[in-house]
Amino acid sequence: MASIFQTIGAATSLSSSIDTNTSRRSLSERKASFVVVRSDAAKINTRLNRIGGRIDHLITNAVATKADTSAASTASKPGHEVLLFEALKEGLEEEMDRDARVCVMGEDVGHYGGSYKVTKGLAPKFGDLRVLDTPIAENAFTGMGIGAAMMGLRPIIEGMNMGFLLLAFNQISNNCGMLHYTSGGQFKIPVVIRGPGGVGRQLGAEHSQRLESYFQSIPGIQMVACSTPYNAKGLMKAAIRSDNPVILFEHVLLYNLKETIPDEEYVLNLEEAEMVRPGQHVTILTYSRMRYHVMQAAKTLVNKGYDPEVIDIRSLKPFDLHTIGNSVKKTHRVLIVEECMRTGGIGASLTAAINENFQDYLDAPIVCLSSQDVPTPYAGTLEEWTVVQPPQIVAAVEQLCQ
Amino acid sequence: MTLARRSSGFLKPLSTACSSSFLHRRPYSTDDTTTITVETSVPFTGHNCEPPSRSVDTNPKELMTFFTDMALMRRMEIAADSLYKSKLIRGFCHLYDGQEAVSIGMEAAITKKDCIITAYRDHCLFLGRGGTLLESFAELMGRTAGCSNGKGGSMHFYKKEACFYGGHGIVGAQVPLGCGLAFAQKYRKEGHVTFTMYGDGAANQGQLFEALNMAALWDLPAILVCENNHYGMGTAEWRAAKSPAYYKRGDYVPGLKVDGMDAFAVKQACKFAKEHVLKNGPIILEMDTYRYHGHSMSDPGSTYRTRDEISGVRQERDPIERIRKLILAHDLATEKELKDIEKQARKEVDEAIVKAKESPMPDEPELFTNVYRKGFGVESFGADRKELRTTLP
Repeated sequence: MASIFQTIGAATSLSSSIDTNTSRRSLSERKASFVVVRSDAAKINTRLNRIGGRIDHLITNAVATKADTSAASTASKPGHEVLLFEALKEGLEEEMDRDARVCVMGEDVGHYGGSYKVTKGLAPKFGDLRVLDTPIAENAFTGMGIGAAMMGLRPIIEGMNMGFLLLAFNQISNNCGMLHYTSGGQFKIPVVIRGPGGVGRQLGAEHSQRLESYFQSIPGIQMVACSTPYNAKGLMKAAIRSDNPVILFEHVLLYNLKETIPDEEYVLNLEEAEMVRPGQHVTILTYSRMRYHVMQAAKTLVNKGYDPEVIDIRSLKPFDLHTIGNSVKKTHRVLIVEECMRTGGIGASLTAAINENFQDYLDAPIVCLSSQDVPTPYAGTLEEWTVVQPPQIVAAVEQLCQ
Repeated sequence: MTLARRSSGFLKPLSTACSSSFLHRRPYSTDDTTTITVETSVPFTGHNCEPPSRSVDTNPKELMTFFTDMALMRRMEIAADSLYKSKLIRGFCHLYDGQEAVSIGMEAAITKKDCIITAYRDHCLFLGRGGTLLESFAELMGRTAGCSNGKGGSMHFYKKEACFYGGHGIVGAQVPLGCGLAFAQKYRKEGHVTFTMYGDGAANQGQLFEALNMAALWDLPAILVCENNHYGMGTAEWRAAKSPAYYKRGDYVPGLKVDGMDAFAVKQACKFAKEHVLKNGPIILEMDTYRYHGHSMSDPGSTYRTRDEISGVRQERDPIERIRKLILAHDLATEKELKDIEKQARKEVDEAIVKAKESPMPDEPELFTNVYRKGFGVESFGADRKELRTTLP
């Protein structure tokens, strides 16, 4: 574990020259890809509209095919079908049954059942103290959760929307992340801070924030992002069992994904990336909702003859440089697709980390597709253009593999 | 707000059961527990509650302990002052001299299972909780023998076994943490309480009222202690707060105003608060106290208040002087014996500094220790559920 940290430590002290070249080139590439999209206006726009309007339908299709193939290859029991928020609830409930110290606190998690139904039914089962409805005071109840963790409880703090946790940034940064260090190891803070973030369906600028970029430099915390019901439950359980503070990023649009997950208990590894689709030509690194855009683009790319390797990095801090490195050594080309902003996002850090560690293996500069550096607009069409869409991914891969 | 108080009323011992004859008195006996009753300097003022009585029971043993401990704390802070000036302590150093009575009185009323959490003026509270001089000085100088291995510094003293939760640099951020400690105590039904301390400057923080609301809503055993030394760094309290009656700021939460320079008043108030809180939910204690040094070592402390004011308080309200006069009035020790105690304190502090200087600075690998905790001994599956299965350490 220590060696990974030291690599990360080295990686984050960037050399600026490589980065600016990459960013300049990738910016122009992205602009070019944008132009490509526009030129086939008639065909692409209708496809965009279809994607924009019926994205749920397309996503569930993509997931269902994946589940089928994986179910065919594993010899385990058939499992049961759940939606993502139910998977989170299952993980949460199992951990609360297992350990009496696990408790939940957040706004409307108790009697209301959670604004995304993740904690539905838990308050009648476990009582009001264990599933605590807090007043609207993020700074204070995050601090409370951390104080309770110092005393030995294992609270799960829910932010109704990740963006609200900006109010609790001081508590998360100074107290949550640093107390284990500044107390010389005396206190551990086994909290899980979770909540939905990301760009939703026309929710407006303040409710469409991607906080992973703000939290990523806080020392002492771990960050994971879930994307499927399977990894949502596994990561939730792992986060609760971990003695470190973990921030679990969920996405507003992914709560209704359906998948068959195993009946038996399983816990995933917090620091590991997931190989979604092995391939040979290019490594596409992504996480959370962008995974589905990438898989959408992958279908097109396969039809065009490319063989992309898609990795869902899952662990945003620390990065799973082992899996990523092996992939880079195989394909020699990297495309990062993320929903964070261009400036200072997870992609920027990942670009730096890969450049620092695997520069010799790269045949082309890393391309990073991220959201535009703008507040998320309300208008539907503008909102679509804020985030990365599958046609842009296809164009970027084509450019990268020339 | 008058800072000078009449110092009469406490010199007359109300009752004493021990003989005051010279021949029977032992030099500061450490096991004499005959009851002495003293009166606090001023009566308590209550808000939404009945204040406790002014008469406090104590005994010679406790009086001598108070004196010894406060002398040690005072010596430690003054030694820290000179260490800072000789650049062995760097960064921020917030000294507690003048406020020792709060720590001493509180410790006398509670157990080591009750939690204390405070801000950055934490050296003496750490000592009161059972921390050693060596740990304090080593931590201040950044050595490995320090309570946080030298990685915390002046503002991050912690002692988990004694339920001392630190030691926090950001003003007011410890109050929600303190309510969290109280929440855990209620969750576990332990019957202990948490003393969450903050200053008059932090009393204007929003998170304090958020935390107070939640503590009152769920009847958490949290006692909020405002150490009002009348200055938030350079800003006097009347310039920062519309209502400097901090004990009333809780509105629906009861409050008590206490003379924080009188260790017995503090002891009585904390005892009262502990009983109250276990039945009724949170309470605010405002300790009217004073710091002789500036806000920190970078602040001379005289640009926003006059030297006369500081020396006036030192003459009239100094907590150690008060105990000294009580001891002399009750004939528990002679002047010389008390001076010897102070000399002993000085010697202990000097020895601890020498030992702390011998302790090494942390090595480079220490930079990365304790950032994370190790894993959780659970079997973990790989993402694709196929091959990778391992038991994490």
